[in-house]
Amino acid sequence: MIYRTAGQFKTTYASDQAIFPIVQDRVVVTLALVAAFVVPPALASEYWLQAVLIPLLVYALAAIGLNLLTGYAGQLSLGTGGFMAVGAYSAFKLSTAFPHLDIVAVFLLAGLVAAGVGLLFGIPSLRIKGFYLAVATLAAQFFLIWLFNKVAWFVNYAPSGTITAPDREVLGVLVTGPNATSGARYVMALAFVAIFGLVAKNLVRGRLGRAWMAIRDRDIAAEIIGIRPLRTKLLAFGISSFYCGVAGAELVFLYLGSAETLAFDVNQSFLVLFMVIIGGLGSILGSFLGAAFIVLVPIFLTNAPHWLGLNMSVALQKHIELMIFGGLIIFFLIVEPHGLARLWQITKEKLRLWPFPH
Amino acid sequence: MSATDGTGPLLEVEGVSVRFGALLALSRVSLAVGHGEILAIIGPNGAGKTTLLNVISGFYHPYEGRIRFAGRDRTHLKPYDVAGLGIARTFQNVALFKGMTVLDNIMTGRIIKARGNLLLEALYWGPAMSQELRHRAFVERIIDFLEIEAIRKTPAGRLPYGLQKRVELGRALAAEPELLLLDEPMAGMNVEEKEDMCRFILDVNDEFDTTIVLVEHDMSVVMDISDRVVVLDYGRKITEGPPSEVRTDQTVIDAYLGVPHAS
Ligand SMILES: Nc1ncnc2c1ncn2[C@@H]1O[C@H](COP(=O)(O)OP(=O)(O)OP(=O)(O)O)[C@@H](O)[C@H]1O
Ligand SMILES: [Mg+2]
Repeated sequence: MIYRTAGQFKTTYASDQAIFPIVQDRVVVTLALVAAFVVPPALASEYWLQAVLIPLLVYALAAIGLNLLTGYAGQLSLGTGGFMAVGAYSAFKLSTAFPHLDIVAVFLLAGLVAAGVGLLFGIPSLRIKGFYLAVATLAAQFFLIWLFNKVAWFVNYAPSGTITAPDREVLGVLVTGPNATSGARYVMALAFVAIFGLVAKNLVRGRLGRAWMAIRDRDIAAEIIGIRPLRTKLLAFGISSFYCGVAGAELVFLYLGSAETLAFDVNQSFLVLFMVIIGGLGSILGSFLGAAFIVLVPIFLTNAPHWLGLNMSVALQKHIELMIFGGLIIFFLIVEPHGLARLWQITKEKLRLWPFPH
Repeated sequence: MSATDGTGPLLEVEGVSVRFGALLALSRVSLAVGHGEILAIIGPNGAGKTTLLNVISGFYHPYEGRIRFAGRDRTHLKPYDVAGLGIARTFQNVALFKGMTVLDNIMTGRIIKARGNLLLEALYWGPAMSQELRHRAFVERIIDFLEIEAIRKTPAGRLPYGLQKRVELGRALAAEPELLLLDEPMAGMNVEEKEDMCRFILDVNDEFDTTIVLVEHDMSVVMDISDRVVVLDYGRKITEGPPSEVRTDQTVIDAYLGVPHAS
């Protein structure tokens, strides 16, 4: 199939407003989605599912969440780890206190709790911006982690201080807990990120997304048009934290199996921020690309020396990893703030005109 | 939002003063704008023209005086509430949403006409979709009117200055305002662009009966399109009247020539 737009004239605003206006894109995305549900659980090794694909999907959801807040609404946050922790601990408390509550409902409710907490910590955003807001969200991060460390109730008084995912089923299949297969956990993570990725896309291309971007680009002009800054920013904090909260619950329930607060420390906040910057600020697709990149680079670095017959210490790997991330972040911030998503778009535009570049 | 019965003026500014620290930017300024009128505000740099538009649109609140719109007091409203009353504006130094396309910029201008339902919007379903398409159709009419079809999908930040001003007018028009405030809509434009802009302003006034208050430095433009002129100098209204009279008024000539005045 050739990538062409010729003959595809958009005759109605409905088709021009569609998510994927080009037929080929629509077909490819649908096929890719179906394949994503079917192929990896059947073919991928335990290692690929557990070490690559599941964390990729979980982080993609968190990155979408942060991208709504930072990329679209322009509110820089370093509290992602904290909001993910709220989701994780809420999911743990809910699923242990109400063992019969459906696990999907547990995830969604955990997201709502995180949304509430995010809303609360978003209130300062009316008065402070940029660097100062980032510091305020950093304070939220440290406060939340401190709280979960301090109050034993959150871990059901477990002396180890860890929370553990219980066995829970969806449609008779175990999807969480030590006995759930990696295939089942993968499908669960994929379903969530597919649905909420679509929801995010719908939000950002509509009324709310435009209000967010307007506040980001020129808050004074946004206000004069009738956009209420506080309400709009708080919605961004709430919805963003919902995504991060669900991702936090998934991190424990679908990926790690059990965790302490260390899993949600400030490094986690930075990691998700890196994904958003490298993938592309203000792009849902970019959130996936960024998550994939950040998950895959360390795996590549672990394996590459082996393929080349080199011997590389773990510490050196870690250093190279940080150097790559750091270099790329500087590159993308300065040269291409729209990240990998923009590079992908440029490639597509070239492809559409190929082989006649003009 | 319907106005009064049309007898009283649409906008009344009564003895408004605005102070920035020790600086009196506006001093007991009064003026009235009738329905369907085009009023020009002129005056030397720093006279307080932008400040006057800023109080009308709710960015600053006067420490004395009142502002009435469509017969109702609205002195202390916030900018986003002012938008809801049917007042839209453009800025002296274009304030477009640079990262958004021209289409999205103008669509954003329709936000006060939109009803929000987060759940339906998240699903892009039913009323949410049809509302979006209705607004799109309306915005396309503005795009046609302003002859900017070719740049619909261009990010606003990449446009040349003259076009940005035009898009900003489009964004203001999207709200279907009763009163349109334009702060130097032709600044930095070449002759041809100015002519286009004059034509748009006159057409908007003609076709939609939109009342317009504009600040402008180019006197020939002011003479051509305005029904009435208000002259500000050092925060005071020094005179007002039809363009032909104001042009020959000695106080206006003095103000522009910088004749020192007793204060
Ligand atoms: N936010 C503010 N804080 C302090 N001073 C201000 C502020 N806004 C305006 N001023 C001052 O108020 C006076 C009037 O400014 P304003 O911008 O209204 O003038 P203007 O008539 O629009 O001038 P120009 O033709 O240069 O646009 C100026 O002396 C300006 O420096
Ligand atoms: Mg001015």
